[in-house]
Amino acid sequence: MSTLHPTLDHAGHDDSHGHGHGHHELTFIQKYVFSTDHKIIGIQFLVTTLLMLMVGGALALGVRWQLARPWEYMPIAGDLTFGRDGGQISPEYYTMLFTMHATVMIFLVIIPVLAGAFGNFLIPLMIGADDMAFPTLNMLSYWFMWPAILFFAFALGLGPEWLTHVRGGMDAGSAQGWTSYPLLSALKQAAPGSEMSQTWWLMAVTFVGVSSMMGSVNYMTTIINMRAPGMTLFRMPLTIWAMFITAILQAFALPVLTAAGFMLVADRVLGTCFFIPAGIVVNNAAPTIGGGQTLLWQHLFWFYSHPAVYIMLLPAMGMVSDMLSCMSRKPIFGYKPMVYSMAAIAGLGFIVWGHHMFISGMNPALGMTFMVSTMMIALPSAIKTFNWIGTIWGGRLQFNAVMLNCIAFVSMFIIGGLSGIFMAAVPVDIYIHDTYFIVAHFHYVLFGSTLFGVFAGIQFWFPKMWGRLMNDSVAKVHFVLSFIGFNVTFFPMHLLGVAGMPRRYADPYHFEYLSHLLPLNQVMTAAAFLMGFAQFLLLGNFLFSIFFGEKCGRNPWNANGLEWTAPSPPGHGNFDILPVVYHGPYEYSSPISGDKDFLMQTEYIPLAQRGIESGH
Amino acid sequence: MGRFWAVFFVASAVIAVGLCWVAPSYGLWFPGTLKGGFGAGVAHSSIGKKIDDLFYLVLVIVAVTYIGTHAVLGYVLWRGATIKPEEKVLFSHGSHSLEVIWTIVPAGILLYIALYQMDVWAAYRFKEFSPKKAEAVAEVTARQFEWRIRYPARGKTLMPTPQPDDVYTVNELHVPTGRPVSISLKTEDVQHAFFVPELRIKQDAVPGLTIPVWFDVDEPRQYEMVCAELCGWGHYKMKARLIAVSDEDFGAWKDKAALEQFDDGFKKPAE
Ligand code: HEM
Ligand SMILES: [Cu+2]
Ligand SMILES: [Cu+2]
Repeated sequence: MSTLHPTLDHAGHDDSHGHGHGHHELTFIQKYVFSTDHKIIGIQFLVTTLLMLMVGGALALGVRWQLARPWEYMPIAGDLTFGRDGGQISPEYYTMLFTMHATVMIFLVIIPVLAGAFGNFLIPLMIGADDMAFPTLNMLSYWFMWPAILFFAFALGLGPEWLTHVRGGMDAGSAQGWTSYPLLSALKQAAPGSEMSQTWWLMAVTFVGVSSMMGSVNYMTTIINMRAPGMTLFRMPLTIWAMFITAILQAFALPVLTAAGFMLVADRVLGTCFFIPAGIVVNNAAPTIGGGQTLLWQHLFWFYSHPAVYIMLLPAMGMVSDMLSCMSRKPIFGYKPMVYSMAAIAGLGFIVWGHHMFISGMNPALGMTFMVSTMMIALPSAIKTFNWIGTIWGGRLQFNAVMLNCIAFVSMFIIGGLSGIFMAAVPVDIYIHDTYFIVAHFHYVLFGSTLFGVFAGIQFWFPKMWGRLMNDSVAKVHFVLSFIGFNVTFFPMHLLGVAGMPRRYADPYHFEYLSHLLPLNQVMTAAAFLMGFAQFLLLGNFLFSIFFGEKCGRNPWNANGLEWTAPSPPGHGNFDILPVVYHGPYEYSSPISGDKDFLMQTEYIPLAQRGIESGH
Repeated sequence: MGRFWAVFFVASAVIAVGLCWVAPSYGLWFPGTLKGGFGAGVAHSSIGKKIDDLFYLVLVIVAVTYIGTHAVLGYVLWRGATIKPEEKVLFSHGSHSLEVIWTIVPAGILLYIALYQMDVWAAYRFKEFSPKKAEAVAEVTARQFEWRIRYPARGKTLMPTPQPDDVYTVNELHVPTGRPVSISLKTEDVQHAFFVPELRIKQDAVPGLTIPVWFDVDEPRQYEMVCAELCGWGHYKMKARLIAVSDEDFGAWKDKAALEQFDDGFKKPAE
């Protein structure tokens, strides 16, 4: 394991990353491909997830196209797969589109961008460590993503048939939704064509799981063991708290999903019946032998996937807290309540999974307990929201793209949290379950909150990654287009849900009570395309700024965290001067910091200068 | 520029509220018979009406919270945008009393909603229409991609297993109006969900289970019946109708259906 090498001679050298003194020289491959440096791994994760974001976005646009122009010619996808039929997609293809859209976005974008990209990049830098506790494990956690990506591509029908045994190409892709409920997912006959693709899908999820697990073991160990002198638990930035809590969530929830995944694979290929009851006749196949329970899958799946929705949110909450405080030039409001409410969310997150199953036919009395715990989990979310608003209150706001995306995060999270209350009210959920109301809800929390938080995070920490700033004007245009596109696409989904439009319908309009919804859906699709294409601004800005962005020093935002004491980009081993921590990370505009409006965590202020009520 | 952004975020909230306000008049609200000029459909079952009431209660609470938080957000943004260079930033790490207030007040409201709604859930799943009071009118079996329905012969009760004189329909569920009825929901293959939007009733059909569903229908007419749980490529086209008729018409319909079903072509029609 590498230890800290203060490399004073390299201070300020922007191009100094990647060689240690006394180390043997690393080859290009060791340095940039199979790298064990947490920063490179973080950037690898970031670039990969940004690419996957575009893939997932393209799949979503396919879904939206079908909803705006059902059974008409679909550009590109239609030509590629359905050239013979005039480019009109099939219902199987539609199920594949929304299944793989959700799959890519959840397993290849949101989860890895938070824990993988930001977790990796930020944890050692923010706690003052030279690298992760287990650098090789860290490298493996990135490279385990690639089999997952490959297998998801197979699940999508993109592999050669002799290898993948997916007969029928994309028309036979995975088609059981990201929730993968049996029996649709357990019996091959239930979805003709998707025989092997679902098996590939399950194996890919397993690989993602292994990757996340390696990450979370690493994060926990690093955060517990490798903090710089003076970095007490309650001086850790909220980002680190969030990553820590997320890692714990992951470590406890993920094995359940992995086990369930293996059970489902066994049901598919080994002939076991964990999830398959007796006497089921699917598609005129022989009756099943059975003995299993389909609801078992739902319990296991949501036991993981509810905590997982917080895995997909908590790190963004932490990052936004840091950025809001910095851009408001003001300490975070209620640091400890913020920590405790994240812990409460994590704890409660394990006992609310049943709220996805209110009408699944489980014991109705169970519904009540899950309802109460679900109502209660809205409480820490509310507390956090109030504290963010409190943080902005009275600050000197810097309205740059980072700040705007953070404000959007707060505003969108309010909508997503409030719509959760409708669904937590079980009787209301009877009606809105599996309608577009749900789709609206989780896009507000996952896209509206997490992804806007990620946009902010990319712009905020970009200088640390490359030593250059991203262009703020382009970033603002990107923000405005994304924000408008997002809201016009997703806000009306609440109304569609109230109007009773079920989700996962290839063509809802042949029902009389839904037929008048087509024009609204067309507006939403147009907005979705606007939003989709706006992401090229992000990618373009990202790529352009790597090479041509405005150069910056160590601390372009005048922020307090340890990462800003390291060179931009930091060299191997991160810090040229061993950081010693004297304050919490949020001492902006502190009266003891003199005429600066920030006080870096490493800055020592002699007692005499601190006044009587010295803060720390 | 800062003022612009403060207005921008407040405007987005105003538009969102405005959109919800006008949505019913564009048919973007509950389905069901429209009552009055408002444009919101009214549920056609008593449980549905309770669900709607509960929805409106939550809506009011949520709307007040949304408008309140965004008003405050707009205010702090405006204040932060207009702060003068010589003005001091509020150096505060938080406020104990504020934390207490904004923990207790939402907790109280959430608990209130939680307790208030238990009754409605109980009505749907336990009380009032207990199986004894609700007549089991039919067994509804979902399969890829249709609904098969089995009724007991007139005057008989529904048996768990098919009887020789049972009456069958496909994609048409006939029920009598004005009194609680129950159906036994099953699936022959994968999971489906029984959903009648205008009644606000939904229940998953789970492989291996038979789940009773109770409801009443207040108005004799046809209602659309759909599948709400992904069940394969044809999920979107499990289109069916729930046909509610008065008690007498229901008996008459069943006689006619039985006659049609058991007519083997040999018997001459009566007379
Ligand atoms: C404020 C507290 C929240 C409450 C009370 C809440 C409640 C619920 C409930 C009851 C459901 C199930 C609805 C149904 O299927 O009928 C649900 C679905 C969902 N929620 Fe939340 N939620 C909250 C916050 C969040 C957050 C923060 C996230 C993610 C970051 C999230 C992500 C999701 C997702 C992805 C689903 C749908 C999964 C699916 O069916 O595909 N929720 N939520
Ligand atoms: Cu959940
Ligand atoms: Cu279905």
